[in-house]
This record gives sequence, C-alpha cells and structure tokens, in this order.
Amino acid sequence: MDLIPPIFRRRKLLDDLSEELRLHIEERVEQLKREGMSAAEAERQARIAFGNRTVVEERSREVWQWPTLESIWADMRLALRQLRRSPGYTFAAILTLALAIGANAVVFSVMNAFILRPLNVPRAESLYALQHENQDVANQSYSNYVDLRDRNRSFDGLMAYNIAVVGLDTGGNPSSAWMEVASGNYFDALGIQPYLGRFFHAGDEHGPNSAPYVVLSYAYWHTHFQDDRSVVGRAVRLNGHPLTILGVGPPEFNGTLLFFNPDFFVPLVEDPLLVGDDMTARGNQFIFEIMGHLKPGVTPAQAVADMNSIGADLQRTYPKDVGKMTFVLRSPSLYGDFLGRPVRAFMAGLMLLTGLILLAACANLGSLFAARAADRSKEVALRLALGSSRKRILRGLFTEAIMVSLAGGAVGLTGSVVLLRALSAWQPFPSLPIHLAVNPDAKVYVVAVLLALASGVLFGAVPVRQVLRTNPYQVVKAGSGSRAGKRVSARDVLLVVQIAICGVLVTSSLVAIRGLVRSLHAHFGFDVENTMIASTDLSMSGYSGDRVPAMQKRMIEALEALPGVESVGLVDALPLAVSGEGDSIVFTDSMSDLRPSNAATDAAIFNISPEYFRAGGTALLSGRTFTWHDDRNSPRVAVVNREFARKLFGPAANPIGRSYKMRDGTLIQVVGVAEDGKYNSLTEDPVPVMFLPILQSPSSSTILLVRSRAGSGNTSQLLGAAMRGALRQLDAGMPLDIEARDKPMDIALFGPRMATLSLGVLGFMGAMLSITGVFGMAAYSVSKRLRELGIRIALGAQRKQVLGAALGRAFKLLAIGSVAGLLLGILASRVLAFVVYQATPRDPLVLVGVVVAMALLGLVATWIPARRALSVNPLVLLREE
Amino acid sequence: MPVSNRHMTETTSRDLFPGALEMMILESLRRQPAHGYALVQHIQQRSKNLLQVEEGSLYPALQRLLKAKLVKAEWGVSSTNRRVRTYRITASGLRHLEHQISSFGRMFEGITLVLNPGKSPAS
Repeated sequence: MDLIPPIFRRRKLLDDLSEELRLHIEERVEQLKREGMSAAEAERQARIAFGNRTVVEERSREVWQWPTLESIWADMRLALRQLRRSPGYTFAAILTLALAIGANAVVFSVMNAFILRPLNVPRAESLYALQHENQDVANQSYSNYVDLRDRNRSFDGLMAYNIAVVGLDTGGNPSSAWMEVASGNYFDALGIQPYLGRFFHAGDEHGPNSAPYVVLSYAYWHTHFQDDRSVVGRAVRLNGHPLTILGVGPPEFNGTLLFFNPDFFVPLVEDPLLVGDDMTARGNQFIFEIMGHLKPGVTPAQAVADMNSIGADLQRTYPKDVGKMTFVLRSPSLYGDFLGRPVRAFMAGLMLLTGLILLAACANLGSLFAARAADRSKEVALRLALGSSRKRILRGLFTEAIMVSLAGGAVGLTGSVVLLRALSAWQPFPSLPIHLAVNPDAKVYVVAVLLALASGVLFGAVPVRQVLRTNPYQVVKAGSGSRAGKRVSARDVLLVVQIAICGVLVTSSLVAIRGLVRSLHAHFGFDVENTMIASTDLSMSGYSGDRVPAMQKRMIEALEALPGVESVGLVDALPLAVSGEGDSIVFTDSMSDLRPSNAATDAAIFNISPEYFRAGGTALLSGRTFTWHDDRNSPRVAVVNREFARKLFGPAANPIGRSYKMRDGTLIQVVGVAEDGKYNSLTEDPVPVMFLPILQSPSSSTILLVRSRAGSGNTSQLLGAAMRGALRQLDAGMPLDIEARDKPMDIALFGPRMATLSLGVLGFMGAMLSITGVFGMAAYSVSKRLRELGIRIALGAQRKQVLGAALGRAFKLLAIGSVAGLLLGILASRVLAFVVYQATPRDPLVLVGVVVAMALLGLVATWIPARRALSVNPLVLLREE
Repeated sequence: MPVSNRHMTETTSRDLFPGALEMMILESLRRQPAHGYALVQHIQQRSKNLLQVEEGSLYPALQRLLKAKLVKAEWGVSSTNRRVRTYRITASGLRHLEHQISSFGRMFEGITLVLNPGKSPAS
C-alpha cells in the first residue's frame, strides 16, 4: 500500500470492512438459529458476542489512518459543524479576532518597518551615523567632516550628505525637487550599484563645483523621466546651473532616511553653488549627517573613542570654530535619536495598547466560549458517559477555538495588508518626498499567525477546568438550568479584566484627542487666520546679490496693492513648516573670546521684512519693528523673542537698546522684543530666536505672508489667483507655491495627528470590545435566568427590581472594570506626552469623558438584554415547563 | 494462554504477546484460506476452546496484516454459499510467519525454562 493511499481506494477498503462485519454477525445469527435459538434471541446473542460494532470498525479503520492528522481532520470537521450551527457566535468571534489581530499586524508591521527592519543597503547592521553626544542631531561642518573622514581608523569610508530643495529645469517648466548633496564616496561606501549609467565617485571631486553631476533616484526617474533610458548624459539645470545626469540608482534604494526619499543625488562639492553653504568655514555646520560602515572587528565603543579623540584634537586646534566634539553612534535611518527616540517610544506604547486589545478580545471570546461550553455541558456529559475521554473532548474544544482564531487571523491579516499597502503608497505631503514604507514582510505574517494561534489557545483554555470538572451523572440528572452560581466566576474576572483594558484604551484615546484639540488651538506665536502664503526661492530663477532684496521689495509692493489685503510680510523660513531656518551661536557683548564653548546660546534666525510681525500676527511686546531704513548703511539691529532676551540678558533686564555679538564678532543691537512661539514642533521647549532685517541679512528664500482684511470677501482661491497674477507680472518664469498659511503646518502636525488617529481607532476598538463583552455577559445571564425572572414578575416584582436582578451584576462588573481601566489609563497616558503636545490625563474633561463613555457603553450593551428581561411573560415561561 | 478474555473490560484486553494473534491468523491461513468468521471458529476449535478470539481484536489485526501485505483479501462465495471475504496468506506473509514462529519458539522455550527450572521444554 502507498504511504497515503488514494482516497477512493481507502473508501472501498472501509466499505469492504463494514460489509464484512455485517456479514460476520449475520453468519453468527444463522449459526445460532441452527443450534435452535429463536430468531430474536439469536440476533441478540450474536450482537452481544460481537461487542460494539462501531468500536471494532473504528479500530480496524484506524489501522489505515495517518493517525494524528486524520483525527485532527475529524475534529476540525466536527468543529466546523458546531460553528455552522451558531453563525452569530462564529461571526462575532471571527470579527473580534480579525479586528484585534489586524490591529496588531498593522502596528507590528509599522514597528517592523521603522525600527526592526534594517535599512535596505548592504551590511546595514554595521552602518552608523555620528550623532553629537547630548544632542539629538548630527550636523557637522565640511572641514570637520574631511578631518574626521581622513583621520579615523574605525570606519570604512565616512560619508556625508546634506538635504536641500532646488529648482530643476529639464528644458520646460522648472519645478522644485529634493536632493541629497552627498560626498563623492557616498555610493561606493554604501556599496550600491547603479541601475543605469554610473554613480559619482570620490575621484570625481576636485574642490568646489568640480563635479556637476546628477544621479536620479529610481522612483524619480520613473515618475519624472518616464523610465527613459536615454537620460544618461543629458544636461539639466539646477537653480539655473548646468549639470549632467550620470545615472539612475537601483529601485530599492531611497537614501538612508526611512521617511525621506530624495529625488536625486548631487556631489557635495556642488553645494556652495547650488545651496550656497560655505564649505571652507569650519564653524558652518551645514552637513546634515555623517555616517559610515564600521571596519570589521571594530566595536562601536572603540569607534566612539577614536572619533572623540579626533574631536578633542579639532577643538584644541580650532577653538574659535569648534565646540565640544563628542559623539555617539546611532542608526542613520531615523536621523539618530531625533526621530528615533519619539518613534520608538510611541511604537512601543502603541504595540502595548494593541497587545491589550488582543488580550481584551481573548478575554471577551474566552467568556463567550465558556458560556458556550456551559450550554453544551449536557452534550459533554453525554459524551463522557458514552465513554469519550476528557482529553478527546478538550481537543475538540481547542480545535474549535483555534479554527476560529485562525479564521480571524486570516481575515485580520488580509485587512491589514490592504491598509498597509495603502499606507505605503500614501504621500502625505505633495511638496515633500515623504513616504511611509510599511509594506508587510514574512516576519509580519509569521507574527500574525503566531498571535492567532496563541489567542486561540488562550481563549480555548478558559473552559478547560469546566470540562475537567464535569460529572456526567450530576449533569444528566439535574439538567443544565440549576447550576448554582458561584460568587465570583472566572467569567466575571475575565469581564472585569476586559473592561479595564478597554478603559485604558478609551482613556488614552480621549487624552490624546484632547491634547491634539488643545494643541491646535494653542497660541503658536503667530496667527494663521485670513492668511495666504506665496513661496519661492529667488536663486531658482537666477536672482543673486543685490537683485534679491530689490526683487523682494517689489514683490511685497505688488501684493500690497491687491484689493482687500491688509498687510504683506516676508520671511525666509516659515515657523512650524519644517522649512529649515538658519541658526547661529551668539555671545554677550562683553565676551571677547569667541569660541563656541563660550556662546551664550544657539538661536534660530528668521530674516524678515518690516511688516512681518503684522502680517504674521506675531505680537511685538516692546520696542519697534524694522523699517526699510534698516539697511546696509545703518547699524545692525535685531528683534529677539522673549526666550532670547531671557537667555542673553536675564529674565528681569530690559533688553531694548542692549547688544549681542554674532560668531564673527558683529555687534547687533536689540530694538524690539517679540512673543515666544513654536518654530519646529508643537512639543518643543521655548527656543531663542532672533529676527533680522532682510536688507541687512539677505536671503534668497522668499515666503510672502499675505493677510487679508477680515470681511473683505477674499476667498483663498480668489486671493491666491490674484497673488499669482501679480507675481507673474514681475517675473513670468518664477516657480511659485501658493497656499493657505496653515497648510505647511500639516507637516508639524503630522505626528500628533497620526498618533491621535491611531489612538482614536484603538479607543474605538476598545469600546466596541467592551460593548460586546458586556452584552454577551448580560444576554447570557438574562437568558439563563429567564424562568427565575418570570417567577419574580409573577410574584409582583417591580421593573426596577427585575432589572436589578438581571443586570445588577453586569453593571457592578462594568463599574469595577471602568475604574481600574481609568486609573491604569492615566498611568499609561504619560507615554503619550512624548508625541501629543499637551496630553495630560489630569484633565477633568477627560475624566468625565471616560466615565460618561463607559456608562454609555454599559447602557448600549445592556439595552437589548434589559428589554428582554422586562418583556418576560411569566405565563408563557411557566407553561413551557 | 488466552488471547483475550471475555470477562476483561475492552480497554484491558490486549494480546498477551504482541503479535500472537497475528501469528495464529497467519498459521490458520497458511493451512487454508478463510474468512473472518471461519477464522474465529478455526482458532477456537484448534485450541480446544481454550482460546476465544474476540472480533474486536480479530478485525483490526486482519487490517494490520492487509496493510503490511502479509495477507490479501478477496470477495467470493463460501462452501455454504455465503458471500464472504476470503483472506489468503502471501509469500511475504509466509516468510514473516516462519520468522515469527522461530522467534516465538525461542521465547516460549525461555519462559518454560524460567517457570520450570530443570525440565526440558520439549517434555
């Protein structure tokens, strides 16, 4: 016989067998009849002699079976029949698990993509970025980079890159694009091969502006050059300068930052020409990140010691330009700790919460399952009495549980894959190449299956004790209705646990939502109402030197002339818009030794026009704003924010008229103080800021804020069109972005919004789970006690008393669980403060909200069972007996 | 040496020697092909009613032999004109039987020596 005999042959074998057994008994009967027995007696004797024919048949059959697999298959078919008999339960169970496992798969997949999965470059495990110790950033000056690169003994080629936006002109309409300016050894040190053409190499660099080459990313080549293989060798213009396309990167390479996919790569030596950074100034830390592969056998600690000793030497040699230079090694994928820390903290919190969801779902299903097993106690007792083993019955129960959980897992995983694919394809900001590549991989599938199995075992284990305790004689004798209720059953505990978990979720999501709402209505130090912005970079359309401020002044005047416009201000970088304002260390005016370690603070710089404060809605607390007379020929002046004044002059002093020194020794006099604001993120601590007049501190980056008079009837479309028209009249070829003032803030708000969205979804799922849990428990207890309730009603119980009897327990459990959940939720909310600004659980509205939400959930969940309890008709019930 | 005992409960009824029942079945079939019922009768008679073969053991044993290709079965008509499924020993069944008998003989000899020291097992 083959190892696995063909089905039809097996079937014949088994048919033969039963036929044979039947004939055997028949022959015996005839024999007995021949010996003189009556037909009936012979039949009886023959059957007694033969024993249990089914058992004989089954045991004979077993010979042919591949034993465990076949009996599991039989269990599965039985479970399938059982489940088909109660479609409501099956549907609810699968849906609950699908949601819970789906949520876990999504969160795990995101965590996998952001934290667990190494970067998609060769030898990613040994790739480290050099982050400053005690700071979450990794920026560096070019001269320092060159020294670090050439003098270290720990890295296999240290790379550097900077990120910038440029105007790309391929011979038609110029558009802005994001590039990485990368050191010549970038691709070679990463170990990446081009998809098309060639990459630039260290040997191509011969000083500033010596390597006018562009390497396109595969995605940008695909979307902007339509996979045209002839682009290699073509000339393009970046900010007006001619460069040659060298090649195209491989499809899977999107730079070394997880969220940020650059459009193309340009050698770092082109940076001075394209971006305007000074490569020779050791103090100008324009390089975004330095990274490299550790040499084989070098530990991170050894590398840090190596780099720190170079850093100390640089600090000794260039005390004027180099401050304390110590490093830590971090993964480059989330820009070290800058994004890495909040992302890790938030993902860990989220994973914890989704884990809780799954646990709550298991508790929910466990109690449902236990109730189901209790309802089937008669069947179980019967099977036990007929000689089935407890092991066999438990195996059946577990088979059912695991089938439900696997089905739920499959549905959940399918849903999550769809969601994750959509997330990966989503580009949240049209103007930025930001992607969330969270496609699931094999790890995600494995985790989902394991979670499904684990939850099946978990909730399948709930009724085990019940089955083991079953005494067939008792159950068959007494019927199922009279089980004396214990004071506290396992199901009650499960329900409390489940509600507590849901309470945690509801609390955290309310805390997060409140935090977001509050942070959206907080004062950022500027006003976004009735304001439009027009942004461009004049260097993209060929303006330089004195032509820049002259053009900017003409643009302001052109926009001021538009009807309904109240004021027009100009700034080179927009607060809370991730537009990359400059910064500089500053010194008190008495400081003569201008080395970085003596700096009073590091302040952000915004270069503005005189009307900026009025147009931007930033309050001037004291002093004056600039005029168009604050130009090259007059003394340097600045307006500083309150934090700057506090840091430089002390909290009590009047800063107006006082001076401070820039890095190069320039003395700047403070003429005004503006209110503090938020400049980079909603959660940041107060940042010192100086505002400088554009005529003294020019910048080609031009963002015009246009505030229209309230009630002027200016809609954003109308005003936008008018602005575009007015500016195009000045220069028809200028690339322009025109949008509402709050639009670019989407980026700063993206994190909190995503956090709130995910917590909101989790909170909603938690609420749904607690509804189904309480509903299941209440409905079950009402249906079990219908007869008792009927008798109570017949004896004259009031509605209130009936409800108390039927649902009192459910409400008590709900209350206990809610309080526990609320307390735990308040503790858990501390995690949220990382991401969501002003997320505090010590907020009466949140507390009241949670209590009301849980009470409402209780009401919703017990509504139907309560109706049922009240509509009991004692006559009908008693007649049924 | 009863193969099984009617008074024992079903779960405890096992061959005293694993393979003893199979051996007797094969031996019976070597003499003459037979169907299940006849095998029961045959073993009972040959053992002078000392052994009663239980159907609950016989049929699983027959299936095991079938699976191991030590016997083959085919439907036919018996001498009493009944439809029966007749089992026949195969060549490998014969080899197996001879091997079993010789090893069983050695075991039986050993047991007899232990139980009746000094006596020759043949006597």
